[in-house]
Amino acid sequence: MLAHEFMRNALVAGTFVALACGLVGYFVVLRAQVFAGDALSHVAFTGALAAAVLGLDIRAGLFATTILGGVALGVLGDRARADDVVIGSLFAWTLGLGVLFLSIFTTKSSAANGTAGVRVLFGSIFGLSASDVRTSIVLAVVVSTLLLAIARPLLFASLDTAVAAAQGVPVRMLGLGFLALVGVVAAQASQAVGALLLLGLLAAPAGAAHRLTTNPYRGLALAAVLAVASVWIGLTLSYAFPTLPPSTMVIAAAVGIYALAVAATAARYPQATWHRLTSHRHVPAAAGHAHDDP
Amino acid sequence: MVDAAIFQGLSWNPVTDVHELFSFQFMVNALEAGTIVAVMAGVTGWFMVLRRQTFAGHTLSVIAFPGAAAASLAGLPVALGYFSFCGLGALLLAGIAGSRRSLAAESAAIGSLQALALALGFLFVNLYHGVLNGLDSLLFGTFLGITSRQVTVLLVVAAAAVTLVVLAARPLFFASVDADVARARGVPVGALGFAFLLVLGLSVAATSQITGALLVFALLVTPAATAQQLTSRPALGIVVSFAIALAATWLGLALAYFSIYPVGFYVTSLSFALYVLVRVSRVLAGRRRRSAPAPQPA
Repeated sequence: MLAHEFMRNALVAGTFVALACGLVGYFVVLRAQVFAGDALSHVAFTGALAAAVLGLDIRAGLFATTILGGVALGVLGDRARADDVVIGSLFAWTLGLGVLFLSIFTTKSSAANGTAGVRVLFGSIFGLSASDVRTSIVLAVVVSTLLLAIARPLLFASLDTAVAAAQGVPVRMLGLGFLALVGVVAAQASQAVGALLLLGLLAAPAGAAHRLTTNPYRGLALAAVLAVASVWIGLTLSYAFPTLPPSTMVIAAAVGIYALAVAATAARYPQATWHRLTSHRHVPAAAGHAHDDP
Repeated sequence: MVDAAIFQGLSWNPVTDVHELFSFQFMVNALEAGTIVAVMAGVTGWFMVLRRQTFAGHTLSVIAFPGAAAASLAGLPVALGYFSFCGLGALLLAGIAGSRRSLAAESAAIGSLQALALALGFLFVNLYHGVLNGLDSLLFGTFLGITSRQVTVLLVVAAAAVTLVVLAARPLFFASVDADVARARGVPVGALGFAFLLVLGLSVAATSQITGALLVFALLVTPAATAQQLTSRPALGIVVSFAIALAATWLGLALAYFSIYPVGFYVTSLSFALYVLVRVSRVLAGRRRRSAPAPQPA
């Protein structure tokens, strides 16, 4: 399997993409911003196709639009209650624009380029070149370093925004910077698993890590390890069974790990789970996230 | 001549153009289906926005995609795939909501479910060796191939969904606005939430057939969000939401018929433009009210 260059490229690039996804995803889940990640994945689709239509570099389009999209989400999400509806309306339209670009692109370009839309949506990890691999390594290292550098204040700001703000933590700037990082990771991951599936790499390993440990640093490491493991398992499966597309298998592995983590924690505390499932009419709705967050 | 290139079939004479729209059976079918879908999406979307379940709604719409792909792979009617997968998705989402974990854990679970659905859909399309156009129309919708039978199925589903929501409207509204008080008053909040997700799944499945799995949102969220900006009265809000969805669908279909661009683009852009217009005019009105002298001393 390692004798093929495309496979080595895919494994190396996939490992670094997954590393960044796992680390960033841990905070995405902690801050309950999975929906924002979802929106960014749609922005990535439109951005890549817009660049393709304009004849620009697809990668440049991806990064420009997802980083801008991340910052825009941060600005819009500041208003207390309206945010998920605003995000939803905005990205429904973004997607509509993406469809327009897709149709312009497919009617304008030759049949050889007809698969561009599919590649953007579902990735092309087996088609990465050596320079793609280098770029993804550099980006992943930069993103991970930046994230680890702001990890402490970001953790504080995510867990208790009011107290963190009172202590002088720049909560708003951190939130914006974090969403810009999510944008970088989204653009990078769209090349590997595609714009539509990157949500799985962000949410599933991090969700599993949150189930397995409440210690934030252990959780961060665990999320990264689980994301990398999903990529390895997924790529190996896809190599062994060529009819199975790699991006599908990576996501299937990640969600499988998440399901195992849920099952394991439910089995570890069967009584608590049973209690939660049966007695929820007595639990006040708002109490949930105050207690469960690490 | 940009207009001539984009709007190829348009004669710019409204009477002739509208007449031409109705002269083809497929276009009549599309308009009928679009009307039914707009009614359903307007009503259920209004409650979805009220209940802040947009992420769950989007996940349901994404689940429609593997449903359709699996059905075409198995040689079954596509509608069957849409409805069974969306029903299953509603069950799973209700399970996630019912496990009462934290907000963070819930959104991670919904996100994982959505990614899995998309991954499975892509797998089924790959196994099917489907033409690329098939994938595009599953994701982004088409209005060319709607048969009279599909319209009948849609009508039955929509009638059931709308009837259920209207019958349960009062307790559902109560439970959505203040779950704790409603529960204390003996309203079955959990059962209502579950039933609502099922109805939402039904309407998402129906809407997907027209707009594609990815663009359902344009008819579910945006008209309802616009309506909630315009009025806080529930009955009026539902009617406004339905009217906006209907207008966006009709105009979108007509524009798509006469032009070379896909229907999804027009429907999303029309409804989003209206939403932005309403938001901006409300902000401007609020500013004018604030700058005007206050009617009574504070």
